[in-house]
Amino acid sequence: MPNKVNLLGRLRDNFYKSLLLYQYFYYSLGMGKYRAQIGNETYGFSSLKQVLAYASPLRSGDQLSGVAAPNAAHRVAARYALADIELKDFLSEDFAPYETDEVTRLIFDSHDKDAFKPISSFTIGEFREWLLDWETDGAMISAAAPGITPEMAAAVSKICSNGDLIQIASKIRVVTKFRTTIGLAGRLSARLQPNHPTDDPKAIAAATLDGLLYGIGDAVIGINPATDNVDACITLLTMLDALREKFAIPTQSCVLSHVTTSIEAINRGAPLDLVFQSIAGTQKANDGFGVSLSVLKEAQEAALTLKRGTIGQNVMYFETGQGAALSSDGHHDMDLQTVEARAYAVARAFDPLLVNTVVGFIGPEYLYDSKEIIRAGLEDHFCGKLLGLPMGCDVCYTNHAEADQDDMDNLGILLCAAGVNFMIAVPGADDIMLHYQSLSNHDILRMRHLLGLRAAPEFEEWLIKMRLADEKGKVPPLQFNNYAVKQLLSEG
Amino acid sequence: MEKTDPFTTLRNNTRARVALGRVGDAIPTKAMLELQMAHAMAKDAVHGRVNFNDVANDLIDIDAIELKSAAIDRGVYLRRPDLGRRLSEGEANKLEFGEYDVAFVIADGLSAFAVQKYSANVVNETIPLLNGLKIAPVVLVNQGRVAIGDEIAQGLGAKIVIILIGERPGLSSAESLGAYITYGASVGTPDSARNCISNIHNHGLLPIDAAKKIAWIVNEALKIGLTGIGLKEAYPTNYIDSDADTIQIK
Repeated sequence: MPNKVNLLGRLRDNFYKSLLLYQYFYYSLGMGKYRAQIGNETYGFSSLKQVLAYASPLRSGDQLSGVAAPNAAHRVAARYALADIELKDFLSEDFAPYETDEVTRLIFDSHDKDAFKPISSFTIGEFREWLLDWETDGAMISAAAPGITPEMAAAVSKICSNGDLIQIASKIRVVTKFRTTIGLAGRLSARLQPNHPTDDPKAIAAATLDGLLYGIGDAVIGINPATDNVDACITLLTMLDALREKFAIPTQSCVLSHVTTSIEAINRGAPLDLVFQSIAGTQKANDGFGVSLSVLKEAQEAALTLKRGTIGQNVMYFETGQGAALSSDGHHDMDLQTVEARAYAVARAFDPLLVNTVVGFIGPEYLYDSKEIIRAGLEDHFCGKLLGLPMGCDVCYTNHAEADQDDMDNLGILLCAAGVNFMIAVPGADDIMLHYQSLSNHDILRMRHLLGLRAAPEFEEWLIKMRLADEKGKVPPLQFNNYAVKQLLSEG
Repeated sequence: MEKTDPFTTLRNNTRARVALGRVGDAIPTKAMLELQMAHAMAKDAVHGRVNFNDVANDLIDIDAIELKSAAIDRGVYLRRPDLGRRLSEGEANKLEFGEYDVAFVIADGLSAFAVQKYSANVVNETIPLLNGLKIAPVVLVNQGRVAIGDEIAQGLGAKIVIILIGERPGLSSAESLGAYITYGASVGTPDSARNCISNIHNHGLLPIDAAKKIAWIVNEALKIGLTGIGLKEAYPTNYIDSDADTIQIK
């Protein structure tokens, strides 16, 4: 029989139960279905999108758009919440409306359920541990890639340390081909970027020859044109192609014009190897670049008809970068890094030869300093590789960001450890057209020699034949009477 | 053996940092320090402070007032471009409404050196070319971005606002000034409604030549009642640059 005391006890218990019930509804309805209980503190989140945004490492762009966590504890609480969310949950919540955003439709409609099966029971926390497990190799991760959505990739990256991002990415090889093979283990390719403020052909040729002498250019010889019109594009394409033919260089060239300019150049019979385009992670942001999935498809098909690749037909080259979507107000309240990962879903629909984030280019209102730039570079490379992309990086900064060449040394070497496919190199690190600093030709050479990495095999063979490299593929300092210098400079 | 250095051929064809030579794999000491110095000057330009008293003293026959943007310091300015586009609270009250034709605004932007060296000069060269137009006192703005001119134009009642602002420094020049001209500006005016003249400095577009271009655009804008894309199309040469303050992806 219950005595008085017991009755009071039961009343008290019921009171607490109803309080818990109240809390449950409060958090479900008022604070959203995602929450984390840390000690006595309960943190609620209104949507999956907000959990991801709050969990993101601090960066100025997320503060600018107002999606960042209000404080450091809230940020880590979001990571607790995120770790318990299942991968499956990402298949029922859209980050930009399915009805109005073609990138969301692409993500959901192309999701591969068979590839997803082996990882379908994981929470984000378990997914991280699976990726890090010694038993999980690169082939297993690559097999799962078509089942991984960009939001899943972004989510797991947010609970990875920089070391995790490097180690997991280093397991994954994504190999692509055109005239060179890019992305093999033990290789580091580089884009030779001979930009000039007026597209002066002589100046571009000089910077190209300079880069070749350092063994640069196996990813692509790629010019950002100062003028984006079809005639200018064709002039540069023709010049690069003649240079490549003259010295029988096994590589590909690219003029980084707008995709519609490239289509027109193809129609006019220009010697175009790769179609370039800047892309972002939502339809609205891509509108800002003047592109859609259909125009990218049209460009890919046009380039494929040319059959210019000798050993492969990866004909697309994409650049991306955190902040691009926000700058065109096309971010749909996603954090910088999540919407960036969605750009990789766009890229992977077109079997690209090359994809790189231009990580520090956008300025300090998006990535303030070297800490933010380095973290973003590692995240972008990791997410790209996890989604199956041949990921590279333009390791770079502008003069109003808190960064310098030392930080670029750091990020470059970290990305080599992560197994990056390629990086960008500019003479003396100074791009005189785009007014920012990247890596120098010297930096690529140093990383190759320091870390035992080599150029793409076909390009390396050419370097050896030109006596620019020794039989092991190392590129020694040049002498004035060097065979290659005579060849390239006297004729060039 | 070659008698001449074949790398001279490369160097003569471009001002890019080609043919730097090598020490092991690295850039030789002198070339490395040259890059560091160019970057240091760019950093100093970004973080330098404009002495607006001196700028005001350099102005000939025109008054000036000094205002602050909502960005309280350089750190906030760099992180929050939105705050650099608005005046600090109460500052707009210091503007006297006067139905002006033209208002000049001088803002520090991203190069204090450029503003210190060239801004007053450009105003002084431009005013004599604006015959018969009613010109407002010059507004000097700390921690300002291009669009802050819109709120100032509204406060002054000016038909056209000309903002002179320090451009983001490159390694080749850390003291480049930009000029943005906007007709009928008000808060929220899009960048596509502006005309821009950039690269104003002693080794680029000279202040006297910049003044001529500004005056041409002002007179044209008063005739057709707009600036930006519409005016660009009508202009015969291509020295008018693309939109202000937008993000460029490579």
